[in-house]
Amino acid sequence: MTAYVLRRLGAAVLVLWAAFTVSFAVLYLLPSDPVSIMLDAANPGGTVDPAQVAELSARYGFDRPPLEQYLVLLGRAVTGDLGVSVTSGAPVSQLLADAFPQTLALTSFALGIALLLGGTIAAVSSWSRSTRLRGALLALPPLGVSMPTFWIGLLLLQLFSFRLPLFPAVGNQGFGSLVLPAVTLAIPLSAVIAQVLARSMRTAWDAPYVETALAKGASRGRVQWRHVTRNAALPALTLLGIAVGNLLAGAVVVETVFSRAGFGGLVEKAVRTQDIPVVQGVVVVGALVFVVVNLVVDLAYPALDPRIARTPATA
Amino acid sequence: MTLVSQAPAAVTAPSVVVARPVPGRRRRHPFATPGVLASVAVVLVILGWALVPGLFTAADPLVGVPAEKLSAPSAEHWFGTDNLGRDLYARTVHGTGLSLQAALLALGLGLAVGALVGLVAGYLGGAVDAVLMRTTDVLLAIPGLLLSLAVVTALGFGTLKVAIAVGVAEVATFARVMRSEVLRVRTTTYVEAAVLAGARRSAVLARHVLPNAAAPILVLATVQLGVIVLAVSSLSFLGFGAVPPTPEWGSLVAEGRNYLSVAWWFTTLPGLVIAALVLAANRLGRLLEGRAHR
Repeated sequence: MTAYVLRRLGAAVLVLWAAFTVSFAVLYLLPSDPVSIMLDAANPGGTVDPAQVAELSARYGFDRPPLEQYLVLLGRAVTGDLGVSVTSGAPVSQLLADAFPQTLALTSFALGIALLLGGTIAAVSSWSRSTRLRGALLALPPLGVSMPTFWIGLLLLQLFSFRLPLFPAVGNQGFGSLVLPAVTLAIPLSAVIAQVLARSMRTAWDAPYVETALAKGASRGRVQWRHVTRNAALPALTLLGIAVGNLLAGAVVVETVFSRAGFGGLVEKAVRTQDIPVVQGVVVVGALVFVVVNLVVDLAYPALDPRIARTPATA
Repeated sequence: MTLVSQAPAAVTAPSVVVARPVPGRRRRHPFATPGVLASVAVVLVILGWALVPGLFTAADPLVGVPAEKLSAPSAEHWFGTDNLGRDLYARTVHGTGLSLQAALLALGLGLAVGALVGLVAGYLGGAVDAVLMRTTDVLLAIPGLLLSLAVVTALGFGTLKVAIAVGVAEVATFARVMRSEVLRVRTTTYVEAAVLAGARRSAVLARHVLPNAAAPILVLATVQLGVIVLAVSSLSFLGFGAVPPTPEWGSLVAEGRNYLSVAWWFTTLPGLVIAALVLAANRLGRLLEGRAHR
């Protein structure tokens, strides 16, 4: 068990290192000139002063060979130093830490809504014997995944902020400001969850233990809740890693739509001003979250499902 | 699989391939459901908008009538007008070309690079396979939109660059499916026969492996088209795509953001077009996927 955990941890660190490398390759090595981009962002259309260029290049290390730049940046990143924002001058790790609580609140609330909504759609559609209700419920997820996130957000804003002044349109103040963004973020995710869960619940309904339970006189509701849901929920757990990635990406759009502070707002501004260290920081943290969630899911799996016996040989 | 083995004659008999109505009983062709027909109609209309926008609207997408600004949808202006009095239907129709071009470019890039990576990894195997597949694992670990944003940061703004950025984020998905298909095909008897007959490796790849692995990749392309349209429109909604006067779907919706309380049609109707295209593409993709799995 310990060896398995250690190996998984090692693999997770490896993925993180690779994510750092990929983001370095994309941001620093693509045929673009970061210094002139930064200068242009700071002073659009202004003349470029060679001394300024040399000074900036030296400060960010762009005058050194790429491999040296990479090793210096990697060495700093290992100690938690992700560099300094080009536009604000603040440390990137500080910016990320400031933005994190807002995004964590938004994404975890959205995840809760999505699980509830998606789970209900899947459970009712697999429990119900009315083909009409089942068809109507199963028509919802394809709709949910087809709508652009920003459009859902703008529609909700229009309906529940302007038509019916129920929730504030922008900002981070209080619980009310969290509702519309979280619902926006939850709709596409709940559609995915509903699709996957509905499929695994349908499989579970055909299992012999369901027949046994029904034969013993259990009601459909009891079978759905005690047998089908519990067995179908486990395979869907692997979805969580993908879901969290989706939520982070969706937060970029949603936080922009609702003008909220957070990760999304941070990266949107950083891309606009081509603030390379901040963008890299967000990409690495995105990969970190993905890796951590997958690691937790993998490690929790055997605890939740005793049938998964790991023999030492395949551990 | 079991279906095929139960009725091999019916599948291969040429007389059944042409769908003919069975006399005395109305049988619906699997393609003739209302959902599929509506999806085909949506795709055709939007393709028409992209290819010959002038045929669908006579209004100028760039010149507005200031007196008619922010007027609600009417017989004259189907989608209403924007803050400069420009016809929003005309802007949506004329923006289709650019949006669709970007989506198809992203799809082509992801498909071509991904298929190549998957082909090489699956066919060569060994260390090459291990390195390529670990790289795609990493690409999959970074949320797609964040990866696209990183590429946009490096390349700069514009519809073409947004398309490249979305395409880069799609490479890993295509590479994985291509690799698993190649692994399936390369162990088949006809590939072994070709190798034994002395065919060169490149010939085996081009003549036998690629054509037989292609179908699932093309199905995946249809399924991913919806995802790609959403990604491209999200990036241009964020303002990294088309420059303002040029109409483009994502940026059209973004332009309407400031008029949410006074002009519901400004964001709602162009966004509805995006949703309709994605819904239609997904519906057709699932149809092809279902047929491929049988």
